[in-house]
Amino acid sequence: MVDLWSGLVQAFWLVVTFNSELVEIALRSLRVSFTALLVASLIAMPLAAILAVKRFRWRRVVIAVLNALMGLPPVVVGLVVYVLLSRSGPLGVLGLLFTPTAMVIAQVIIIVPLIASIAHQSLRDLWQEYHDLLISMNVTQMQKVTTLLWDARRALLTAALAGFGRAIGEVGAIMIVGGNIDHATRVLTTAIALETGKGDFALALALGFVLIALAISVSLAIHWLSRTEREGSW
Amino acid sequence: MIRKLSVALCALAIGTAAQAADVMKMAVTTSFHNSGLAEVLLPEILTDLDLEVQLLVVGTGQALKLGEAGDVDAILVHSRAAEEAFVEQGFGTHRREIMYNDFVFIGPEADPAGVKAAESAVDSLQKIATAEANFVSRGDDSGTHKMELSLWSKAGLDAGTFGDWYNAVGAGMGAALNTAAGLDAYILSDRASWLNFGNKADLGLLYSGDPVLFNQYAFLPVNPEKHGHVRNDLAMKLEDWLTSDKAKGLIDGYTIGGETLFVFNAEPM
Amino acid sequence: MSALFPVVLDSAETARRGQVLAGPVNLTLDGQGICVVLGPNGAGKTSLLRLMHGAARLTAGSIRWSCPTPQARRAQAFVFQRPVMLRRTVLENLAYPLRIRGVRRREAMQRAADWAGRVGLGGMLDRQAPVLSGGEQQKLALARALIAEPALLFLDEPCASLDGRAMREIEEILLAARAAGTSLILSTHDMGQARRLADEVVFMLHGKVHEAGPAHDFFNQTATPEARAFLHGDIVE
Repeated sequence: MVDLWSGLVQAFWLVVTFNSELVEIALRSLRVSFTALLVASLIAMPLAAILAVKRFRWRRVVIAVLNALMGLPPVVVGLVVYVLLSRSGPLGVLGLLFTPTAMVIAQVIIIVPLIASIAHQSLRDLWQEYHDLLISMNVTQMQKVTTLLWDARRALLTAALAGFGRAIGEVGAIMIVGGNIDHATRVLTTAIALETGKGDFALALALGFVLIALAISVSLAIHWLSRTEREGSW
Repeated sequence: MIRKLSVALCALAIGTAAQAADVMKMAVTTSFHNSGLAEVLLPEILTDLDLEVQLLVVGTGQALKLGEAGDVDAILVHSRAAEEAFVEQGFGTHRREIMYNDFVFIGPEADPAGVKAAESAVDSLQKIATAEANFVSRGDDSGTHKMELSLWSKAGLDAGTFGDWYNAVGAGMGAALNTAAGLDAYILSDRASWLNFGNKADLGLLYSGDPVLFNQYAFLPVNPEKHGHVRNDLAMKLEDWLTSDKAKGLIDGYTIGGETLFVFNAEPM
Repeated sequence: MSALFPVVLDSAETARRGQVLAGPVNLTLDGQGICVVLGPNGAGKTSLLRLMHGAARLTAGSIRWSCPTPQARRAQAFVFQRPVMLRRTVLENLAYPLRIRGVRRREAMQRAADWAGRVGLGGMLDRQAPVLSGGEQQKLALARALIAEPALLFLDEPCASLDGRAMREIEEILLAARAAGTSLILSTHDMGQARRLADEVVFMLHGKVHEAGPAHDFFNQTATPEARAFLHGDIVE
């Protein structure tokens, strides 16, 4: 209990004094996770829409696999990305191991199935609603996809936020592929793991509280921004 | 709104931090990093050499692995036999001793096994084994773990045959100390990690000083003949600096709570 | 304009999971004015409309338009019994068919605003379509169907659950569309609406066309006893 309290106090002081190291680490966390979110959304959302709209032979298999991959253990993802990006691995020439890019790659792999699965659920429902109309209007497959993505954008925002939450709170994979290098690849979660390792629970907890606060503020900010757009009811 | 948001996200995604002229990666052991010495040395290296040394903090086993794969430019570890094999197999160009610190026995202040009265490191272990007192082992193939295993065999004991009191946690020094604090167990730690450890609970330093507990750190540049991209030039610059008089002053002068941690012992080439 | 017509259905049939929904249907339509498809519930009116539009699969027989089928389909629009509202504003709903045809945004928006005015939705351009009342939604669906100037418009029970005023407004829009040269095929089981609008009548029973001909003839001298019973308001089985 003492640790919890001193963690809270320390978190408070870290934030109000605008601790430069904390700011750096927090910004890197945000940058890595937002980049991963951006890339993952660009992959997952069109994929989800295509799965909702197109009927092809392996569709059910793909959906089942995506759902299963939501539970992908990050450590395994990290290890696979590590082996691929290592200098002695197939993609070693790129020299990406232990860079923020490697962390982004790992996070993308982790959150694409999550975003695609959640997005697919809502897009499938919307497609049922729109099916007759869009078929009647002779729209192309591409137009179906863009129409669904645009009209389901609020639900997709939820999917994206879920992905962001998973990305920014993830530690197993990015510890392995990022290496937790100070001033290069250290982010909030890996810093927490490091401080826990040093037995400095108060600082670890403080960083944890900052992480939680950050995740909540991002979520609130995005919801608020999208609310102000229109008074819609969904 | 969505467009504005996307633009903001893109901007955030692309922005990058400023960097030093030269950047190299070095794998170091957790025990070295936990000592806090890196935080003294790295800024000096940055100003003197305009070289940013990025540290990968891992166990000795993984550090050697990173060197073998060419994922780092140099390693700084403390496990002599493994280091010599590393150079012999051609993964490293050579091995340069830099400094040493020592290992210490940590355990519950109540000291049920009587380690405080031990005459040597081997004697400490024999006392613990006889009492079957809780013991935490790193169990992660690190330098500290290897040291512990060699001490057990010097004591004529086989760690593989121990009962429930012997806990191999397979974790770094800090995590292992956390476990020991939770179990009120004995553990072998490097002095630096112990002094910097925040969660001491009921544990205390029970035994130290036996010369077999000295822990030699060596610097090994990765062989550029194996991995063409490795920055051997930077590794050599760093080695020159680490063995310089300036480094000697910083290393010998580094203390925690008034205690000296490292002894500089690099031989001039 | 009506390069679509005449359309010839030859033993056309649509089935789903082995159950015949409509057909076999033999029918020739020349697309003059409003053709009303009449019949009791379950007679296959909706299925016939969907079949002709291509929204239901043709499982047997043939449907031949006077132009290639893909071209014919592009010249058609369909208004469903329960209007499907895109989750967008009224204006964006109206502009949608133009936008997917590649009309520039500015022009599409202008034409959409113009059509909103014509169907009495001019005051609610920025309202979200799904929160409109039933009558407003049906008017919006109708305007959205007409905005791309189809040669042929299908309407499936367009006034099924509307009050009198909404029904009157919708019928006015339909008559205006007919005056503008659009062919309409409309299903209903409302006899009054059929009498007010029909130029031609197709009477369906048990999935087949039971009787077809000019509206005047149908209402005044029906040939079959079932159609006569239906006109009298009797239950037809």
